[in-house]
Amino acid sequence: MKTARSHHSRPLTENPTVARENRLGVRGWQALGLAFGLTLSVSCHADGAAIATTGAGAAPACQTCHGPAGEGIAQAGFPRLAGLGAAYMQRQLDAFADGTRVNAVMMPIAQALSDTDRAAVSAYYAALPEPPGPTTPKTASTSGPEAAAVGATLATRGRWADTLPACENCHGPGGRGVGPDFPLLAGQSAAYLAGQLTAWKAGTRPPGPMGLMTVVARKLSDDEVRAIADYYAELPARGSR
Amino acid sequence: MSTARQRLLGGGALALIAIAVALYAAGVFDGQVTQDREQKMAAPEAAQFDAKPLTPNAANDLVGDPPRTELASPDGTAGAHVAFQPPPESTMPTGDFGDVIRRGRDIFIDTPRAAPAYVGNSLRCVSCHLDAGRLADSSPMWAAFVSYPAYRSKTKSVTTFQQRLQGCFEYSMNGRAPPLGAPELVALESYAYWLASGAPLDPKIPGRGYPALAPPAQTADFARGETVYTESCALCHGDDGAGQRTQDGYAVFPALWGPDSFNWGAGMGRISNAAAFVKANMPLGLPDSLTDQQAWDVALYMNSHERPQDPRYTGDVQGTRHEFHNTDDSMYGREVAGKVLGASGAPKPFRPLHAAQR
Repeated sequence: MKTARSHHSRPLTENPTVARENRLGVRGWQALGLAFGLTLSVSCHADGAAIATTGAGAAPACQTCHGPAGEGIAQAGFPRLAGLGAAYMQRQLDAFADGTRVNAVMMPIAQALSDTDRAAVSAYYAALPEPPGPTTPKTASTSGPEAAAVGATLATRGRWADTLPACENCHGPGGRGVGPDFPLLAGQSAAYLAGQLTAWKAGTRPPGPMGLMTVVARKLSDDEVRAIADYYAELPARGSR
Repeated sequence: MSTARQRLLGGGALALIAIAVALYAAGVFDGQVTQDREQKMAAPEAAQFDAKPLTPNAANDLVGDPPRTELASPDGTAGAHVAFQPPPESTMPTGDFGDVIRRGRDIFIDTPRAAPAYVGNSLRCVSCHLDAGRLADSSPMWAAFVSYPAYRSKTKSVTTFQQRLQGCFEYSMNGRAPPLGAPELVALESYAYWLASGAPLDPKIPGRGYPALAPPAQTADFARGETVYTESCALCHGDDGAGQRTQDGYAVFPALWGPDSFNWGAGMGRISNAAAFVKANMPLGLPDSLTDQQAWDVALYMNSHERPQDPRYTGDVQGTRHEFHNTDDSMYGREVAGKVLGASGAPKPFRPLHAAQR
């Protein structure tokens, strides 16, 4: 029942050195674009930038909801895209386009983008620097030290009696993300994180590689989902452990 | 703008269309059989060295156990045979002793950073002993603690718990053994002692080690193992077995072979041991999801790759094989894809990891 994994196209941006160079480069392009209100279409990144800032065909500009720096709108649950892996984002856009990831807003947008567009805009956001966290408000219904302790424990230690690994066993210490398949969690919108875990529980988001996230999410209560989301939303995306 | 956002939000909320996701079928096998599979008895690793687990009839001799599938726990739940529970971390002592126990826990979880002078690869104690050494059937520390001193054929002597820990550093961490009484060993021993609070002094304590598997129905096979690896292991450990690190270098997924992995002297280099570990513990979150055959195949595959030289290297590969690996349970000295495993010359001198590699 497992999904065979394809190993094609590890993005260049997974290489830290390359990623850093790209970030600097893109920062420069971004500054130009913002300053002159122009979009550049001379390179792959420029195409991605154009889609992000002005849209493409029927697809509106990504930045309308995901912010000019890819920072998202945390309280609305619109995720931060800056710094997520290109392959990961492209897979999500593909899933929106073919309907396997269910979202009324993103499905038509992804369908309006070509394969090339999806790749370009994914590369664009992957190369943007992660905004410093924490900036996001907590989910509404958790608060207090008890919920915080629940979130921290599940994130860093898991609950092995229930064969539930810690989030950071795969997403890395501090939720900083690992490789192309385990995205950054730190500083992400709490509403978005909670929404995704809930979607995995409900089956409205594809289970992802090896079905791991569906398995994990279904072991969490709604309160635990919120506690974990709050825990990661408050962590800084950047910085050493 | 705000109304647009609200509309978008509303649309998202209405979009919960259920899609059946059946991938979890293999995740938690309630009926999965675990058992008191103490293969080690008084000589913990003797059987592993002498047995031929790749030939079906030998594995019972190897583990001294009936096959896994012939044993059923009374209520049919995995782990039900394990009575002992280590104390919760919230009850860890305070004061000077508590500080040392806590340090032991910290070394256990992040060994390359907490004991950098003795670690030569990306592995941590917790890589092979899940949940900070607490988890039954994952070679928990509370069970190890009550099992030593013991005679080991590996050392041909009675080994104390600290000496056993030394072996982990030398082989599994491809590092250097801390001297007996070194603060790192004292801390780890204190942590294990505390985890074992209330446990009987019994090397047959249920939950110890990894649940030994029945012999494979078919001889373990490299090509089948590669398929298992690609489907179930490579996502985390990488196509090349090198593991994966965060962008700032923290090794989240340990290397399974290659220069950053355990060396040829480690227990995990035994196919039977690796198969048992994999079956009960891998992939994380999906224990017992592989068949026994898949576990055997992928264990053979993992251990058919090159890794750092056995520190006991005698000067030539076949001599070393004869002395330390004279069993079908080890691929050391065998030829795979035209290359003899272990033919990498003398062990490289130990060098502690650079800060960025830890």
